[in-house]
Amino acid sequence: MEEPLADRKGFYQILTRKIRVLILVVSFVPMMLTAGILCYRFHQAYSEKVSAHISELVLKHTQNIDAFLLEKLGNIRYLARQFSESNPESAQTFLVLHLARLKEEYGDVFTDLGLVNTQGIQFAYEGPFRFENADYSRAKWFVRSMESPYYISDVFAGLRGHPHFILAVKVTCKKQDYILRATINFTAFNSLVENIQIGKTGAAYIVNTKGEFQTHARSGTSAHIAPAMVAKDVFSDNNTVVMKKADIQGNAYIYALSIFKNIDWRMVFRQDLDDAMRDLWRAEMLSLGIFVIGCIAILSVSFTLPRSIVKLIAAADKKNEAMNKQVVESGKLATIGELAAGIAHEINNPVAIMVEEAGWMGDLLEEPFDDTTFDEFNRAIEQIKTQGRRCKDITHKLLSFARKSDATVADIRINEVIQQIVSLTAQMARYNNVSIQTRLGPELPYIRVSPAELQQVVLNLVNNAIDAMGKEGGIINIDTCVNPEDSQYVLVEFSDNGPGIPSQNLARIFDPFFTTKAVGKGTGLGLSICYGIIRKMGGKIEVKSIVGQGTSFFIFLPIDTKNLSFGKKTQLEQLKNQGENNE
Amino acid sequence: MSKILFVDDEKAFLDTLIKRLEKRKINPRAVYSGEEALTFLAENTSTDVVVLDVKMPGMDGLETLSEIKKQFPLVEVIMLTGHATVESAIDGMKLGAFDYMMKPCDLDLLMEKLDKAVAKKQGHEEKIMEARLKEIAGQRV
Repeated sequence: MEEPLADRKGFYQILTRKIRVLILVVSFVPMMLTAGILCYRFHQAYSEKVSAHISELVLKHTQNIDAFLLEKLGNIRYLARQFSESNPESAQTFLVLHLARLKEEYGDVFTDLGLVNTQGIQFAYEGPFRFENADYSRAKWFVRSMESPYYISDVFAGLRGHPHFILAVKVTCKKQDYILRATINFTAFNSLVENIQIGKTGAAYIVNTKGEFQTHARSGTSAHIAPAMVAKDVFSDNNTVVMKKADIQGNAYIYALSIFKNIDWRMVFRQDLDDAMRDLWRAEMLSLGIFVIGCIAILSVSFTLPRSIVKLIAAADKKNEAMNKQVVESGKLATIGELAAGIAHEINNPVAIMVEEAGWMGDLLEEPFDDTTFDEFNRAIEQIKTQGRRCKDITHKLLSFARKSDATVADIRINEVIQQIVSLTAQMARYNNVSIQTRLGPELPYIRVSPAELQQVVLNLVNNAIDAMGKEGGIINIDTCVNPEDSQYVLVEFSDNGPGIPSQNLARIFDPFFTTKAVGKGTGLGLSICYGIIRKMGGKIEVKSIVGQGTSFFIFLPIDTKNLSFGKKTQLEQLKNQGENNE
Repeated sequence: MSKILFVDDEKAFLDTLIKRLEKRKINPRAVYSGEEALTFLAENTSTDVVVLDVKMPGMDGLETLSEIKKQFPLVEVIMLTGHATVESAIDGMKLGAFDYMMKPCDLDLLMEKLDKAVAKKQGHEEKIMEARLKEIAGQRV
């Protein structure tokens, strides 16, 4: 029974591998799919959320600044209307008065006010600088403001040497055109934009159509934005645009652009992509970490679990094997028990005869002797001898059966085993009206099996056939030959002309505990034990049955190819057998 | 004198047994199979007791017993069994056997049982006779 276990090592390895692959596939594929889909979706959703947040923020601030500019422009336009109704000669007093009022109202937003005539000469000025009579005829803002009712300049350094921008409104007073200009305090304006900050690197600034900065940029940002980025068509129908771009150094940025209504500037918000997406990436790193830990867990489980499962299976198999062994043993006992009952009966008969003869002799002794008394005595003694020999034969047969009841393998001749069993069961067969006929092939090669186990198989099959035929009796044929289809096997055929096995039972006859006998009459183990024994011998057992015609069992036993010396032992054994018979 | 039939396939056993019984002034008859027993009973209707072996080729003891009980219900049967399993004893008694004995059998015990069986059979016959007599008497009254 150890060989099959050794064969299983490969099977266990394959089983381990199969379970392992299954665990890996079943756990990895869904996990990867879920993780991938979730990550992708989450990434998208979060990106959208960040974009939406930034664009909302930028839009709001753009609107704020738009409103601020509109308000300041409104102030100046109001002033211009006031001025158009006053006297140009009193311009200086007008400016002084109104700048003071503006400062009172709005704080330090307006730096100065000035009035410029059509020649570009600022003839009146109120403010911290001395710009009376400054000539602006060549200044760009002046040229532009002459062309339209009002103008807001880009930020420039101008005469005063530090950045500022100008609101200019055209005004007509006493049929003479003037331009009222006001300078917006850059610091005040700048602070409106500088307040917009997100994260560590997110900052907003304003650029003109050429991409030049109109506010202070935070340190680390280049002083120029590519004009293509802020071109009008970028904004198609939305007021804001969010985009991702990398600079020359390869740093990725997220940009949010927004366009002003009242001036041709754009609000630009720029943030390092890393910074903007920090939370997302943190979450992604966390899930990646969990994923990796999960993978490690799965891997370790996939390596340990199959091994322990297979270990359990192996242990169960071992137990099963031991159980099978026990079943075989108990089956052997059942067979022997059955045999013993038959043998006991067989011995009882000659014993009964001997007892009767002895009794008869006792009867004769009580009466006076005559001539016939001696003859009767002789006849009785001869009968006792005959019956005694009959007992001896039976006990010898039984002994030869019991002697070899171990599983050690030997080279045996199948015909001898069959003859032994046939002679053992002959009496039982006779009582059941069964005749056993043998056609044993001559010169069969040796087979290397356990004689005791082979005896058990043959005995079981003969017993089964006798039981199957019931009261009516019949004929059992036992044929042996070298298998005509495959000369590697000896074929033993047991045929009976009993009632046959119905097809629904035929598939189950080798199952353990399957029996059609009444409870207590059979164990249902006989054929399953035969099957096990023959499989262990490396042979096979087949059955054919036709209901009403009989059943045939075919047993194929492998020929011991290493020891094909049949015929050598024959003479020796013949001598031995003769010796036994002469005793 | 009571009439007794022995049925057993072991000729040597039966012949000696018959001889011993003859010496004890019982004159039994012997046949060697169930079929023969039924033929004998059909021909000798006054047979009182059959001593029947259980294990026989052809018709076995139990089969023969049930056939006897069917055809000759008054005949008493003693089963003689080589392997006295309780089962075959119970089966035999169920089928109406008078008693059973194990081989090899004690001759005195066998004779005792034979006497009882014969007495039982004769008792039955007497009762039947009485019943018949009463019937006849009743008809006359």
